[in-house]
Amino acid sequence: MQSIQSSFESLRKDFPILQRTVRDNKRLVYLDNASTTQKPNQVIDAISDYYRNYNSNIHRAVYALAEEATEAYEKTRDKIATFINVKDRQEIIFVRGTTEAINLIAYAWGRSNIKEGDIIVTTEYEHHSNIVPWQLLTQEKSAKLEYIGMDDNGELILDDLDKYLATGKVKLVTFSLISNVLGTITDVTKIIEKCKAAGVLTLIDAAQAVPHMKVDVEKLGCDFFAFSGHKMLGPTGIGVLWVRKSVLETMNPFHGGGDMIREVHKYETTWNDLPYKFEAGTPNIADVIGFGAAIDYLTKIGMDNVREHEIELTKYAMEKLSAVKGILIYGTKDISKRGGVISFNFADVHPHDVAQIVDGEGIAVRSGHHCAQVLMERLNVAATSRVSFYIYNTKEDIDALVTSLNKVAKVFKL
Amino acid sequence: MSGNADIYHEMIIDYSRHPTNYETEDQRKLEDSFFKNTDVIFHDSNPLCGDSIDIGMKIDDNKVTDIKFSGKGCAICMACSSVLTEIAKGKSLDDVRKIEKNDILSELGLEQLQAVRIKCALLSLKVLKSALYTYLAKHLDDSQDADKLKEDAASLY
Repeated sequence: MQSIQSSFESLRKDFPILQRTVRDNKRLVYLDNASTTQKPNQVIDAISDYYRNYNSNIHRAVYALAEEATEAYEKTRDKIATFINVKDRQEIIFVRGTTEAINLIAYAWGRSNIKEGDIIVTTEYEHHSNIVPWQLLTQEKSAKLEYIGMDDNGELILDDLDKYLATGKVKLVTFSLISNVLGTITDVTKIIEKCKAAGVLTLIDAAQAVPHMKVDVEKLGCDFFAFSGHKMLGPTGIGVLWVRKSVLETMNPFHGGGDMIREVHKYETTWNDLPYKFEAGTPNIADVIGFGAAIDYLTKIGMDNVREHEIELTKYAMEKLSAVKGILIYGTKDISKRGGVISFNFADVHPHDVAQIVDGEGIAVRSGHHCAQVLMERLNVAATSRVSFYIYNTKEDIDALVTSLNKVAKVFKL
Repeated sequence: MSGNADIYHEMIIDYSRHPTNYETEDQRKLEDSFFKNTDVIFHDSNPLCGDSIDIGMKIDDNKVTDIKFSGKGCAICMACSSVLTEIAKGKSLDDVRKIEKNDILSELGLEQLQAVRIKCALLSLKVLKSALYTYLAKHLDDSQDADKLKEDAASLY
């Protein structure tokens, strides 16, 4: 029987980009998967196939091409429903990505539900996309934005949530399922339990979770749920917003235009059925189809296997990195509470310099604030270096990283 | 060593380790902090990487009599900021405004710096130019001059 590692290694051949070299013929070691993932031939081919063979607009025309395009587009919706365990396909809305999904909620739900004095609760380890839309909304409505704090282990302090819920003014609690910087897996069960008991809606930013583990939306019990295609082998510019139907039915449209209407008259319009009411204009058809191919690819591997592979890599990387003198890893050491994301600093070397020197060895790591400046302030650092894994990463990649860090130590005389 | 790491030569590493004309965050909290007694301070940051630089100047008789910087940045940013303050110190405001990006880059052998890192190198020059127009707008009658400097600062990179 093949070990899980070697069967994952054999996937690498599906990814044309992993066959290229960078920086004077060095093997590409791509460790920025929390930012975006590489695409397998199956996804690239699905997009190309649409443009080559059945490119047409969806939903209205009656000719053959349109029928094929509509079918492929809508099939992806069904694939997603199965993938995240949603019973009702009408609750799945295609958006550009997680950022647009959250902005859609802030606009279409928030503007009619948030009033002066209301509280929206987010967390200290959110991506800017789960902070800024709520700043805009609360400022416009004279409402308040509050933060669930984070302890030194990188875990949320749920007492903070209790404190805000006790005011009776909280209308929404929004949080990421996995932190894009620390990799912390949020204690979602507890948060949702508390919010449900208080009659408060919950939004989950699952951009770092859905690509990496089995996620069951029905079981989670949240009200809004968002993730992006490009972080899970799919193309850029396509993502998913799921909204519980009882909430979705009360929401006004986000964008007005074609496809979202039933009847348009000079001064009034009636809306199309769900989910089309929220998909104005010609959608990103090609990338929805490509996203469908990505879901097929991941389904074939099995999300439990993906998670197992990442646990193994993360464990290995934590061990190897911890052994390098001067490396400080942020967040919990408990692998079971961690996704495949590791943020670190290397002595007093700025993460930009770390990233540049390891790039010289063909290794792509991220440096900076990772769109989480509130978290950087909390950690009291300007920036971190971050590595994040996916299905095609190997222990060899991590060994290469560690070797290149020795080079950083040499250059900076650590 | 690959071409990429070549920029990390001795001088850059030294400056990043021991920046000149620099005050740490802790030093700035002290009573006798340079930054508590300047004629102008300006702050700017690089939204992409979080590099964040303050420059303070003492100006007397149209001359930069003293200048310091503080903040956080990568080795390139810290080295360029150090060199910039060394160049600017003691110069007339007229001469300071003539400082160009190549004056800094050539001093550190960074003429070939990649586009993604150029912002690290030039953040402090941007801050210096901004500090200068802030000062000029406040202290001189010639507001056109200040506007021109503002444009210069904005178009640096």
